[in-house]
Amino acid sequence: MKLTIGWLYAAKMNIYGDRGNVIALRRRAEWRGIPVDVREIGVGEPIPADVDLFFWGGGQDQEQDTVSRDLQGGKGDALRAAVDDGAALLAVCGGYQLLGHEYRPHDAEPQLGIGLFDATSVAGPERFIGNVVVDSQWGELVGFENHSGLTTLGPGMEPMGHVRIGRGNNGRDGTEGAIYKNAVGCYLHGSLLPKNPVLADWLVARALARRHGSVELVPLGDTVEQTAHRSAVDRAVLTR
Amino acid sequence: MAPSPARTPDARLTAALVAAKVTGMAIRRLGRGGGTAAPGLIAERIDPNLLGKIARRLPAGTVVVAGTNGKTTISRMLADILRAHGLRVAHNRSGSNLVRGVTSALAGHASLSGSPRADIGVIESDEAAFPEIVRRLNPSVVLLNNLFRDQLDRYGELDTVAALWQSALRRLPAETTVVVNVDDPTLAAITEGIAARRVTFGLDDANPVYLLDQIPHAADAKTCRRCGSDLRYDRLYSAHLGAWRCPQCGAARPPLDLAGVAIALDGVEALSLDVARPREARDALPLHIAIPGLYNAYNAVAAAAVATTLGIPDETIAEALRGYRSAFGRVERVTYRGHPLTLALVKNPVGFNETLRMLTIATDGLIVPALIAINDLAADGRDVSWLWDVDFEMLDRGAAPLFTTGIRGAEMANRLKYAGVSPERITLLPEDLAAGLDAFVTALAEGAPGYVLLTYTALLGLRQALADRGAVAQFWEQ
Repeated sequence: MKLTIGWLYAAKMNIYGDRGNVIALRRRAEWRGIPVDVREIGVGEPIPADVDLFFWGGGQDQEQDTVSRDLQGGKGDALRAAVDDGAALLAVCGGYQLLGHEYRPHDAEPQLGIGLFDATSVAGPERFIGNVVVDSQWGELVGFENHSGLTTLGPGMEPMGHVRIGRGNNGRDGTEGAIYKNAVGCYLHGSLLPKNPVLADWLVARALARRHGSVELVPLGDTVEQTAHRSAVDRAVLTR
Repeated sequence: MAPSPARTPDARLTAALVAAKVTGMAIRRLGRGGGTAAPGLIAERIDPNLLGKIARRLPAGTVVVAGTNGKTTISRMLADILRAHGLRVAHNRSGSNLVRGVTSALAGHASLSGSPRADIGVIESDEAAFPEIVRRLNPSVVLLNNLFRDQLDRYGELDTVAALWQSALRRLPAETTVVVNVDDPTLAAITEGIAARRVTFGLDDANPVYLLDQIPHAADAKTCRRCGSDLRYDRLYSAHLGAWRCPQCGAARPPLDLAGVAIALDGVEALSLDVARPREARDALPLHIAIPGLYNAYNAVAAAAVATTLGIPDETIAEALRGYRSAFGRVERVTYRGHPLTLALVKNPVGFNETLRMLTIATDGLIVPALIAINDLAADGRDVSWLWDVDFEMLDRGAAPLFTTGIRGAEMANRLKYAGVSPERITLLPEDLAAGLDAFVTALAEGAPGYVLLTYTALLGLRQALADRGAVAQFWEQ
């Protein structure tokens, strides 16, 4: 059993410590004796057929534009097909936006997404910056948001959770992120997975299950992670 | 350097200066800190042109020093060199580098009529404030040291800062000299074709100890600004700094007017290097400085490049730098409870990487215990995500224990765990800095040394704790 991680646009979209998510996925699999292969998938490179788990981080506007064009056509189709077939995925911020139908910047052409999530994002008048606490199916998640894009989910689209602290998808409806099958999109930097190990393990388990059937992950000693989680939540409460 | 011509009295300027001086004295007397920003803020309200008015009266003009990392060190080195040359220097010494801090500093160096009691200004500029500071000061020399990712929540994206700098640089007249580190591809690009005179500097040392195999994760300028292709490095020293070229369009690092060569690093103690001037028939300028790390080699070449541009003799430069003492918190040494501690400020991924490299470069991993203090207040950056962009993985070798403290000490401990540092080496100490420091020192063997790495407000807090115990002076008294 091996875990293959496909890191989408690692070179162009990796701001705000988003690589911490890849580090967490790798370590948590390796600590359980599961070898990990991380493949970076750049502009012009195809989606490899053997990826179990995709990660996609945030980027600067100009880079996001290049990436949006790269995904139109066959490459976007291949990514959607992999998720439909059960591949796991985590996308943060810019990656999340481009998995929706489109992102409309302030004074530039809309960036087309691939419509994996029934969601549309548009640049808003203010930037949401701050600590976020979300209530979700994985319990309490904590991270840091920094976005001006406002995302609206289509009817029937399941959010990742509801914000207890912070602004979330759009600052209006209390939702944060989106879930489709084993794919999760959200605005949570932080990095997210190292201090929310429950979500990290869910992604790993779902990713492996696609090829290997139901997988029971050995529990890890998560005291350090839980302490970091609690301290981040306390900080969110204090700075709300 | 002719004395400035007599000027008619300027009532508004005088009123602004009186206000600045009274405010500064009041703040210091109330013990509310160094009074480095408020006087400028108030003076500026009264006379919005104060900065330009005083700057115009400086006979040798001003030098503006900018860059994500190193600007405080370079400004202080330069001020020392200029003083050694007999010049009186107006300098925003305490690192207050927004427009109001610069205004406070220049107001503090002026008589009430606005005549400066200085010959030359050395002004360290914040990245975001750079266009405004340059516009108001009309400097004779601008130094650009580097441009890295730093507090994206405050400064915005790197490209935005580069574009703002470029338009400010394009407005400079031909009389201005721009001294620029062209090892940074972004700075080389934005100084291309400007009207001002360009003096280039960088490193040119082939010693493999100082070279990186691959561009670190935290580097930003990985692609050619002309054609967008990935850059190649014949020599990569740090982050995205080095001898770069574009295999696609042929763009490359411009020839160096001043080049740091024959670098020798002496642990956390000192460094020496030669500054070669390959395009002039001059001997190399040998420098020896009591501050460590490859990044300080860049800072030293930068200071020497500006001093050379201003016509300061080589011997004066070498002599002044030999006596240089480290700036507030950028690697300073204190003795506390019998332990020699080396303190270093960390504020962004590139700077943190360089500090870690300095601590491990000669020893194959960390061999001295370290305390890492992380806060997330406004001046540190409220987002601690940047810790995940730092290559703590280089600490997985070596056996020295690592301790964490500060508001986000728990996040830091988790980062170390995921960097592959074995759990028994990691200890999370109380969040309170004074308590954290005491616990750290208690864990050290008797008289043993320690490293302390801190974000900005953690450094302020720790220095306060040390000052309360009589271990160091407060920084504005330096």
